[in-house]
Amino acid sequence: MKFAVKAWSNRTARAGVLHLGNVAAAIDTPSLLISTRKGLPLFIPPDLLSSLPFPDSRLLHVSPIHFFQGLSIKTISKIGGLHQLLGLHDYGFAAFPRDSIQCLPEATSTNKTGASFDNPCGRLLIKPAEYMEMISSMKPELWVTLADEVPAWVSDKRNKTSVDRTIKWLDECIALSPASGAVFGAIVGGSSLEERRRCALEVAMRNVSGYWIGGFGLAESMDVRPALLNAVTEPLPEEKPRLICGLELPEEILQGVAAGVDLFESTYIYHLTLEGFALTFPLDRTQINASNLAPSDVGSDPRKINLRATVFRCVYEDTSLQRPSKKDATPIVEGCTCYTCRNHTRAYINHLLNVHEMLAQILLEIHNTHHFLGFFRLIREAITADRFEEFCKDFVGSRYDHLVEDGSERACL
Amino acid sequence: MALTPFFSPPPSLCSSFRSLRRGLFLPLLQAYPYTTSKGAVPMPETALMALRFEVLGRFNRARAAQLTLPHFVCQTPLFMPVGTQGTIKGLATNQLEDIGCQIILGNTYHLALRPTSELIDELGGLHKFMNWPRALLTDSGGFQMVSLLHLADITEKGVTFQSPVDGKPMLLTPEESIQIQNRIGADIIMALDDVVKTTITGPRIEEAMYRTLRWIDRCIAAHKRPHDQNLFGIVQGGLDPVLRDICVRGLVNRNLPGYAIGGLAGGEDKDSFWRVVAQCTAALPEDKPRYVMGVGYPLDVVVCSALGADMYDCVYPTRTARFGTALVPEGVLKLKNNAMAEDTRPIDSTCACMVCKNYSRAYIHSLVSKDAMGSQLLSYHNLYYMMQLSRNLHSSIVRGKFPEFVCNFLQKMFPKGDVPEWVCNAMEVAEIDISSCRARFRDD
Repeated sequence: MKFAVKAWSNRTARAGVLHLGNVAAAIDTPSLLISTRKGLPLFIPPDLLSSLPFPDSRLLHVSPIHFFQGLSIKTISKIGGLHQLLGLHDYGFAAFPRDSIQCLPEATSTNKTGASFDNPCGRLLIKPAEYMEMISSMKPELWVTLADEVPAWVSDKRNKTSVDRTIKWLDECIALSPASGAVFGAIVGGSSLEERRRCALEVAMRNVSGYWIGGFGLAESMDVRPALLNAVTEPLPEEKPRLICGLELPEEILQGVAAGVDLFESTYIYHLTLEGFALTFPLDRTQINASNLAPSDVGSDPRKINLRATVFRCVYEDTSLQRPSKKDATPIVEGCTCYTCRNHTRAYINHLLNVHEMLAQILLEIHNTHHFLGFFRLIREAITADRFEEFCKDFVGSRYDHLVEDGSERACL
Repeated sequence: MALTPFFSPPPSLCSSFRSLRRGLFLPLLQAYPYTTSKGAVPMPETALMALRFEVLGRFNRARAAQLTLPHFVCQTPLFMPVGTQGTIKGLATNQLEDIGCQIILGNTYHLALRPTSELIDELGGLHKFMNWPRALLTDSGGFQMVSLLHLADITEKGVTFQSPVDGKPMLLTPEESIQIQNRIGADIIMALDDVVKTTITGPRIEEAMYRTLRWIDRCIAAHKRPHDQNLFGIVQGGLDPVLRDICVRGLVNRNLPGYAIGGLAGGEDKDSFWRVVAQCTAALPEDKPRYVMGVGYPLDVVVCSALGADMYDCVYPTRTARFGTALVPEGVLKLKNNAMAEDTRPIDSTCACMVCKNYSRAYIHSLVSKDAMGSQLLSYHNLYYMMQLSRNLHSSIVRGKFPEFVCNFLQKMFPKGDVPEWVCNAMEVAEIDISSCRARFRDD
């Protein structure tokens, strides 16, 4: 793995380039990791995965925990690792346990022997040694050391323990490093600026290829986050990449970029897709301005549409006949080059959602991934042109205040 | 009147059949052409057809053909996957093209409920709505009569359903069914038939058969697009060869573009099943496609093809995929089985599909019943399996290698030679020698 920073904006936001052996082209950062379950996307089938933008979509997040219940370490080794297992030979895999959808850290059950995670099969306690065995069998391009992540509300004592434990496990994991794969040191510290800084300094002293920032997206509020993020990134060497999970919404991604994070794993696409939403905000830089993206008086969000809404189909009641508007037979976003928009209409997806057909989620995940990757491209362009701060103001605008006041990040969904 | 030996009725029917011939059969012949309440039905003019059916090769009764439909040129025998609600569950249209699907089934009953045939029509028809560039076939909604019978009331007018969406009564008449199908726009549309379960006995079967014949005329009269949609008639009559014969002749007299054999694949014993198929394929015209509805298992597809059928449909491959079962040459493979957890082989080492080329049984095992992707990958493989079977049937008949193909197929499925009796009987009638696949007593 090789990483280099190419451009800066607003002092700390950076655009970089990541080279992974398996991926033919270099990946520009800030970039999004595609979420997977057992290595494949939740809905996008492998033969449609390649229709997503290249090489933006070639970085996949895999959680080792997904395999602990379904596939033995022995079997994965026998097959030869993730690339053989998944038939995805020219993709880069980033392995870390936390999957913000279904494998969340359970801080109360974590103890000195291992980290506990809640997942669909129950609660799992993972020790560093067995974690490293799984990593060795998976052979990802990049992997993260085992961390003790705690939510914002724990006591100072518990928080301090989580930092000590995370550093101890980092050393244990590095000692068991597999032959290949770049190690990212895990940094935690909860809502304490001092602990965050302490952890970052400790990890920076270790011989790692990059840094994974954990403990966010666990009930801390958005307004305290920038300071905490900066406490983490400031002590870190500039030339090594930073990866974060737990930031979901575009606004939160921007917080991470502003603090100097390069790689992001987000559950935004997942939530949108399951709820029948499709992203529609303009990806043309000239069209992004606060008025364009401000919510209307009616409360609808111009950045995305709810395809379950009946406006996208004809509703016939007795004698009255509502002719479908021209929008029904249009794609989600006119001019979008994703598989969904090139092939299907809003009316069809609305129908699929109404009759509970899986194809709805497949098509939505494709479009939403495509669109969200476009958002990251805008971020990179803004940084390269040294107008990142301006971009943030344009994109977020008045909605930022609305979100912060409300507190709950789910309000806009 | 001598019966050509195109089928051998089971012994129990033979004696009753002879008495039927002597007793009832002649009066039935005299009653034909049947009359509706409006008087005798005149012989129709040569019907408009929106298809071309060209037989390219034969082996005894089996045939391989090219079926040219408005949206696609197909090769038969062929299997049609079922996309009830305007989609094949969990698969995108380009994947269906990659797999080699030629015709897809849509269901009139479901599509009329949601999103409604009017909406589909407004948006340019089901082809455009789904963005499926190849052929489509719509069922009439008749099968739901059997599967949702506790909600249905059948009269001469039509069938009343209770809509499962809002509880309101829905009346499906032959006219309404055809109008809905005209709006949906499929290449092939099915007549509304009065279908009864084959496990039922008694006068209901005869009533249903005659009603089917009366309804076909109403369907023909209501059909507004014979120039680009092919109306297929459906042969009913239960397991009774006399009734089946009357129905076949009645439909053939209407000179329809194609014919379906309906009312089967509903729990009847296999011995009765193949005999009805054999009788019908023998009596239906050579130059028109024959569609056995609701079939099904790969073995059934092979047998029916040997007997001279061309088209099939069934939910089985996709439905069984969602339960974790894969179709393989040996039969089925249950991916949920714990033995699969350590099995690093592909589902089927002879299969060229994307799933078998990239994934192990162990990996699929970890997905099934837990992740949507498991269903998707299995559905993909199972449909590919059925399409490959269709391709193999077509090409082996064209190349004159059909018996070899059948033997090979049976040997893989029954390695101990225990080919079921009904298959042996059917192959005998189809005049295909499968003795090499059957277990023999060793002399030494």
